Amino acid sequence: MKLSKVYRDYLHRFSNKTLFMQGDIACAYGALYGGCNFLAGYPITPASEIGEQLALELPKIGGYAIQMEDEIASIAAVIGAVWSGARAMTATSGPGFSLMQENIGYAIMTETPCVIVNVQRSGPSTGQATKPAQGDVMQARWGTHGDHEIIALSPSSVQECLQLTIECFNLAETYRHPVILLMDGEVGHMREKIVMPDPDKIELTGRRLAKPGELMFGGQLIPPMTEFGAGSFVHVTGSTHKDNGMRDVETQKVHDKLIRRMYEKIDKNRDKLIRVEKDYMEEAKVAVVSYGATARPAKGAVIQARKEGKRIDFLRLIGIWPFLCRVWRRNSS
Amino acid sequence: MASGPFCAGCGGGTVLNVFTHAIDELGIDPKDIVSVTGIGCSAWIPSPYYKADTLHTTHGRPIAFATGVKIMKPNMKVIVIAGDGDIAGIGGNHLIHAARRNIDLTVFLINNSIYAMTGGQVAPTTPYGVRATTTPYGNLEPDFDVARLVVSAGASYVARWTTYQVFNLLKSMKEAITKKGFSFIEIVSQCPVSYGKMIGKHRASDFLKTYKESSIPFSRAEKMSEKELKGKIVIGKFVDRDRPEFTESLRRLNKERIIKPTAEATEDTRG
Repeated sequence: MKLSKVYRDYLHRFSNKTLFMQGDIACAYGALYGGCNFLAGYPITPASEIGEQLALELPKIGGYAIQMEDEIASIAAVIGAVWSGARAMTATSGPGFSLMQENIGYAIMTETPCVIVNVQRSGPSTGQATKPAQGDVMQARWGTHGDHEIIALSPSSVQECLQLTIECFNLAETYRHPVILLMDGEVGHMREKIVMPDPDKIELTGRRLAKPGELMFGGQLIPPMTEFGAGSFVHVTGSTHKDNGMRDVETQKVHDKLIRRMYEKIDKNRDKLIRVEKDYMEEAKVAVVSYGATARPAKGAVIQARKEGKRIDFLRLIGIWPFLCRVWRRNSS
Repeated sequence: MASGPFCAGCGGGTVLNVFTHAIDELGIDPKDIVSVTGIGCSAWIPSPYYKADTLHTTHGRPIAFATGVKIMKPNMKVIVIAGDGDIAGIGGNHLIHAARRNIDLTVFLINNSIYAMTGGQVAPTTPYGVRATTTPYGNLEPDFDVARLVVSAGASYVARWTTYQVFNLLKSMKEAITKKGFSFIEIVSQCPVSYGKMIGKHRASDFLKTYKESSIPFSRAEKMSEKELKGKIVIGKFVDRDRPEFTESLRRLNKERIIKPTAEATEDTRG
């Protein structure tokens, strides 16, 4: 699927231009290139710039950026908008990400494609609000209760902030799952060179809509969905539900089938979801593994060490979740 | 429609009945309705018993979810039916801010004065002194006047009725559904099971009799003192006013800001 004409017309003005841009702003433009037409958010350092930029840009191309009363409401409005046809996102940092956890679980359970950007900062609690950190990797994986999978990507440059945001929107639609972009305050607030893509060359994954009578909560690994008002009379619930969406919280087989399918739709596509930047060398006994902003000095350190004759592998995680355990084993000696 | 989930004597059935009549009399196509509910007994009034789109959300958040729905589907009737614990307790902040935005949602709050589904814990609407499972020595907190709160927050339409005044409620529901802006009706409703056991009223008729005797019309209540109003239920329409509606404002903004394909390219990135 191509971007809509309105989006392409607008984004053409940036096409192939080299700009000096902040990571948060690049993420906001990544959202536009990703076809995002709805953002609901709440101010928080170091993520506020994403919502600010989209508030500036979205009205020009027919989209909506709204500031909600808190992060719980932000993710709730995003999910409501997605079921009403939007390609939607929210952007926050650690404290807001913590508040969103219950509704991230709701998005997983209702198989709602959406993007949650977390520009990580130092914690726990208010921590050092203006200092970057990478402490939410486990919260992204296990923050919401119950058995579930998650998809999370982590950029380490401003260029990647843009590219991976587009990718997040596509993955969300492909797997009908919330996707988390785990930025960090360093990448979010860093300014560096970026080459803006040509909007005509962007390939988007569209939403697969159910044909009349097709099941929307089962019947296949990744079922198609619908939007409100289409006459499907869909029932969306965070309670355990049958293939037709209707609640059944008593039958263990129904719960088992639902949870296994939602787990398998990620697990069976693990190899497609794992992304790494590899720089291995013969007979290396040590590997440096890094991600996000720290991957860049880590790579520099590896290059330095190799100059001194040390044999070191370098591995940068771009896809953080699902974790690369199989790739890891295959490549380690 | 299928059979309801309610305990015998629950007011939820009355609300379901009146709501069905309101939709029927207004002649609204079910295709144009989205019911948004949260968690609790009242969340089961529309969900999943209507052949309409339903978003059954997390506890306290239906109004926030409904905000996203309404922005993307401005021509649909987005109706939230929820309990007092759900949208005056845990979700109170969303109620206040949706009323302030005056977004075109219709919200029916079913006030049964208790957390009923979980077995009778104290609610922000439980009267002072009443025993609940979490206030075994009596409630030490005053109860919430939710309708007046929503008036102050800026809603276009606010009313309160009890399940005794079904015809007033029907008329009011029809007004609320058609009114542009945030429309809110607090429906005081009986819970003969979880609340009944706390106050010694075990029949729906006991509650309805009290509602009949203690309801005071809004116009008369305005002239009464706080002391005179003790134990009374102020019913009627609190406000019915025209104020700018949020999704209309959003659309007006987009109309003003939309970039025409012929427009000059501008460098408006911030770096």
